[in-house]
Amino acid sequence: MNTLRKLGFRAYSFIVHLGRMAVFLGAIALNTVRPPWRLRRFAGELFDVGVLSLAIVCLSGATVGAVLGLQGYTTLTRFGAENSLGAVVGLSLVRELGPVLTALLVTGRAGSAMAAEIASMVTTEQLDGLRMMSIDPIHFVVTPKALAMLVAMPMLNALFIGFALFGGYLVGVQLLGVDGGTYVTSMENAITLEDDVAGTLLKSVIFGALVGLIATYRGYTSEASSSGVSAATTGTVVTGSVAILLFDYVITALWGV
Amino acid sequence: MPLAAAGPTGGRMPLSYPRVQEDPAKSGLEGEARVQFEDVHLSFGQRRVFEGLDCSFARGRISVIMGGSGCGKSTLLRMIAGLVHPDSGRVVVAGEEIGALAERELFRVRERIGMLFQYGALLDSLTIFDNVALPLREHTTLSEADIADEVGRRLVAVGLPDTGALFPRQLSGGMRRRAALARAIVTDPEIVLCDEPFSGLDPLNVRRIEKLFATLNEQLGISLLVTSHHVPSSLRMANQIVFLVDGRAVCGSPQELRHSADERVAGFFAAELDADASPENGP
Repeated sequence: MNTLRKLGFRAYSFIVHLGRMAVFLGAIALNTVRPPWRLRRFAGELFDVGVLSLAIVCLSGATVGAVLGLQGYTTLTRFGAENSLGAVVGLSLVRELGPVLTALLVTGRAGSAMAAEIASMVTTEQLDGLRMMSIDPIHFVVTPKALAMLVAMPMLNALFIGFALFGGYLVGVQLLGVDGGTYVTSMENAITLEDDVAGTLLKSVIFGALVGLIATYRGYTSEASSSGVSAATTGTVVTGSVAILLFDYVITALWGV
Repeated sequence: MPLAAAGPTGGRMPLSYPRVQEDPAKSGLEGEARVQFEDVHLSFGQRRVFEGLDCSFARGRISVIMGGSGCGKSTLLRMIAGLVHPDSGRVVVAGEEIGALAERELFRVRERIGMLFQYGALLDSLTIFDNVALPLREHTTLSEADIADEVGRRLVAVGLPDTGALFPRQLSGGMRRRAALARAIVTDPEIVLCDEPFSGLDPLNVRRIEKLFATLNEQLGISLLVTSHHVPSSLRMANQIVFLVDGRAVCGSPQELRHSADERVAGFFAAELDADASPENGP
């Protein structure tokens, strides 16, 4: 009975959180179109999310591409289809690995930092300080961060895929001896703009919105204590990662991208 | 320091909200309640903070809120600011019941209030200059030159003339609080709420802030509500003291409370003054 009650309470809390998150998302959307436009703050956040994530995204992209090249070659050779290496690497990166891995990386680096920053602003009463100056913290702090995540994610995804394709090319063509022209041609023939590239863009935009929402919400609703900051940070990474994987399945199932 | 002549209410800037321009003593408004608590109850979980709190804070006065640690001094200020809402009862600020207002409507009331938080609450990502300039940039149409002028004047007033380019993390706790005070008063609000403004300050700066409060009060008619443990400065500057004990308020002039029949109240003042006069504290 006790377990049942706990389960019920958890389910209830989950639904309450979802509802609050929807209201929070509405507030962000409303503040996005409400002047004044905080372009300087948005640019600063874009730098924090985008530029500061470049190194990790590019390095990870190149590594993932290289591993994919190696694994793909080994597998394809069994079927005598090593000439399709470019198509396999390209399709798996563009359709699936690029957006998902980029989102996971950005959640770990920028999402957690975002949540921690907002949570520490809660702890040090900075958000209350803004309210006392009649400045809406969602307008001043949250919206530029969430928007920066939304805008940065597709760009980081593109970079990840670009570096991964390069990594795959290096391993496949330079190291394993697949013909360069064949590699590129099979990739070009396999990847379509309206299906695969549009799909990766759709996924990365949705993931960007998701991570931005979760990171800002967890920070904004955190307890005003040091444990609140750590809970917000951990919560962002865990919830964000699970949500990315769940939404990835949903998007793939619904739209086949 | 002639704040009235030079400050934002000096007639140069169009602020977006109504301001107190008149001298309350001359206008006959002095003594009118600007903040009122009526039968306020508040609990945090099992802990009861206020149990039928009734008190009022007069316009154009310096009111000091005193009491033992954890008696609800900061919470009382946060209720005035609309950051905490009572479980029951009414909190009326400048004629508006705070509990009945939505967050956006509260902004209208908060434009008349400046608040100094206990730890400053300055924005980490902005310099001291930008922190103090923020309310002016958000709510006025002042030019950057006028804002720079105004911010510089306020920083001088709180004894931080050369700190504009620094970030809050580069200042000590006491300096941060003084910078936050500059931000709280930069728009010359009607009511200024100060949470422990003297905590961590050296005696010279305690006197400086006391003098600043007196100037704000006398020249601009600003109502100051200050929480403090610092009995000597409270006795020097307060027109009214609200002493919180057992979730209720005992109100009166400094002299009345110092000689209160309630032993808990009189004892608090006696203990603090004895501690200040003890030989260990020096001459």
